Amino acid sequence: MEYRKPRTAGSDLEVAGNGLLDRRTLLGRGIMIAGAAASGAAATTTVAAAEPLQDPPWSRAPGAVTPVLQTPSRFEKDVVRTLSNPSGTPRTQHARTPHQLLNGTITPNSLHFTILHTGIPDIDPAQHRLVIHGMVRQPKEFTLETLMRYPMVTRNHFVECGGNSGPLFNNEPVQATVQQLHGLCSCSEWTGVLLSTLLDEVGVDPKAVWMQTEGADSSALDRSTPVKKGFDDAIIALYQNGERLMPGNGYPMRLLLPGWEGNMNTKFLRRIKLTDQPAMSYYETRNYSPLLPNEKAYRFYFINEVKSFITRPSFGQRLTDKGYYEISGIAFSGNGRIAKVLVSADGGKSWAQAALQEPVHPRAFTRFTMPWRWDGQPVVLSSRAWDEGGNAQPLRADFVAARGQTKAPTNNPFPNNHYNSLTSWGIDSKGEIKHVYV
Amino acid sequence: MCTSKLSSAAGLLALLLGSGMALAESPNLGQPISEADVKAWDITILPDGSNLPPGSGTIAQGAKLFVDKGCVACHGENGKGGPNAAMATDERLDHIDANKTIGNFWGYSTPVFDFIRRAMPYPQPRTLSNEDVYALTAYVLYLNKLIGENEVMSAETLPKVKMPNRDNFIIKFPDKI
Repeated sequence: MEYRKPRTAGSDLEVAGNGLLDRRTLLGRGIMIAGAAASGAAATTTVAAAEPLQDPPWSRAPGAVTPVLQTPSRFEKDVVRTLSNPSGTPRTQHARTPHQLLNGTITPNSLHFTILHTGIPDIDPAQHRLVIHGMVRQPKEFTLETLMRYPMVTRNHFVECGGNSGPLFNNEPVQATVQQLHGLCSCSEWTGVLLSTLLDEVGVDPKAVWMQTEGADSSALDRSTPVKKGFDDAIIALYQNGERLMPGNGYPMRLLLPGWEGNMNTKFLRRIKLTDQPAMSYYETRNYSPLLPNEKAYRFYFINEVKSFITRPSFGQRLTDKGYYEISGIAFSGNGRIAKVLVSADGGKSWAQAALQEPVHPRAFTRFTMPWRWDGQPVVLSSRAWDEGGNAQPLRADFVAARGQTKAPTNNPFPNNHYNSLTSWGIDSKGEIKHVYV
Repeated sequence: MCTSKLSSAAGLLALLLGSGMALAESPNLGQPISEADVKAWDITILPDGSNLPPGSGTIAQGAKLFVDKGCVACHGENGKGGPNAAMATDERLDHIDANKTIGNFWGYSTPVFDFIRRAMPYPQPRTLSNEDVYALTAYVLYLNKLIGENEVMSAETLPKVKMPNRDNFIIKFPDKI
């Protein structure tokens, strides 16, 4: 009997060093390589035959009662956020997204990263108020109920803490998971009211250049944002992946400044004051003005620039056998859409273009994948992204030359902020994975 | 504040001249509120001193409050540092992970008042009187060697405090402002 032939031919076409394969392999698009039709079968790894099947216990009796709110399988108990301050002592609490255990581009709400400087406020949405005032024709107050009647937009956007990836400012690679290195970013489908609609309604004085946005948390966290961004694409977000915002993500309403430093995306938003100058608030004055090697510092580093990292395989995982793997990772840019991602398996000597999950949204996570056949020899995996503005993720040497690194290793998770250079994983012949610099 | 009659007139003119359709289509469901009624929430202080309240405070008053209000629990005796940040440091900014404190790093003095008033003391923010906030501001600036021991902080004096690191900042994305 004759079986259907595989739809792809030449699927083992190596396009870069150490086994990186053509990105169209196994994506159903089929690439025809003249004279290579038979090579697929030849390179297939031999897999031991499976044991005879048995019916498991869970298939032989009815299952559990349906709950009102679904939670993941008990077997997924390790897919949780890591906490920096689990007992809630009077300081900042960070919860990091386990990217190495997730896939796709949307972060589940329960796993969205959060940073709370003074805990999570317990806000009654019926009593919450948003006021817009200052250099406006008519100050106005909005309730959640009134905003619910406004036209809404729904957009995919990442939010990233300016301090995300901070450990990579260390002069030696910190051995930690993607979650610990890059877990302070997440991506959601946000739904809400365009801020420009509200700004038009209050009538902004043309001399107003800044808006002070403030939360209803106990520290009344405030940041200065250019009015230009407010009119451009800022959203008063009410929903996150179809449901109301999580308390830690700003319930009942937050400012969303697509692509801009997380701390500026004011949670629990209660006040916007239009002014002719920035307030130089605590967080822009101190935390988010990154020091440079020449003793100067950047101020108003609004944009989270183009970045990518491989989530699988990555530190904490292990390759158990030679043969086929899919390399998978996340890319994003505060400057727009991801244009391309290159992957290297030989420490940057050769690169191949990764496949991008469609559709590619601006200022949103973009999943990239790269088929790979590991021959069991040591390799170094890296990814590098470009955005539609032509901005390239900087190579580490160039990044360190411009932004510096620590003089000695430090346990401080935030030696500096706005790191967007490469992340590399060294895999030895045993399949053990280490964080390395190339 | 700052809404000139001219811009109101210009807005009305625009309304009459054709952008009227767009404005008419906006939901316009916000309730008008006066600046006087926003006042209890309007704690934003600008670097030029705008919106600083009346009152004043001394370093000695601030040193006492630093103990009485429990600041020591997080910031240590004399603000030397504890579970949370030290109030001052002699550290130079010659490494990218240097401690950034008011004296060696901050470009402006007004955020000291603004932040103490809006966020401190941590367990009971916005319970200090304006006089208390001026006094704590004076004490913290003194710890950073930015004012002399007899100086008094007020809406007049605070914005004039000279900040040594003022000119060492580079705007990263000026075209976005």
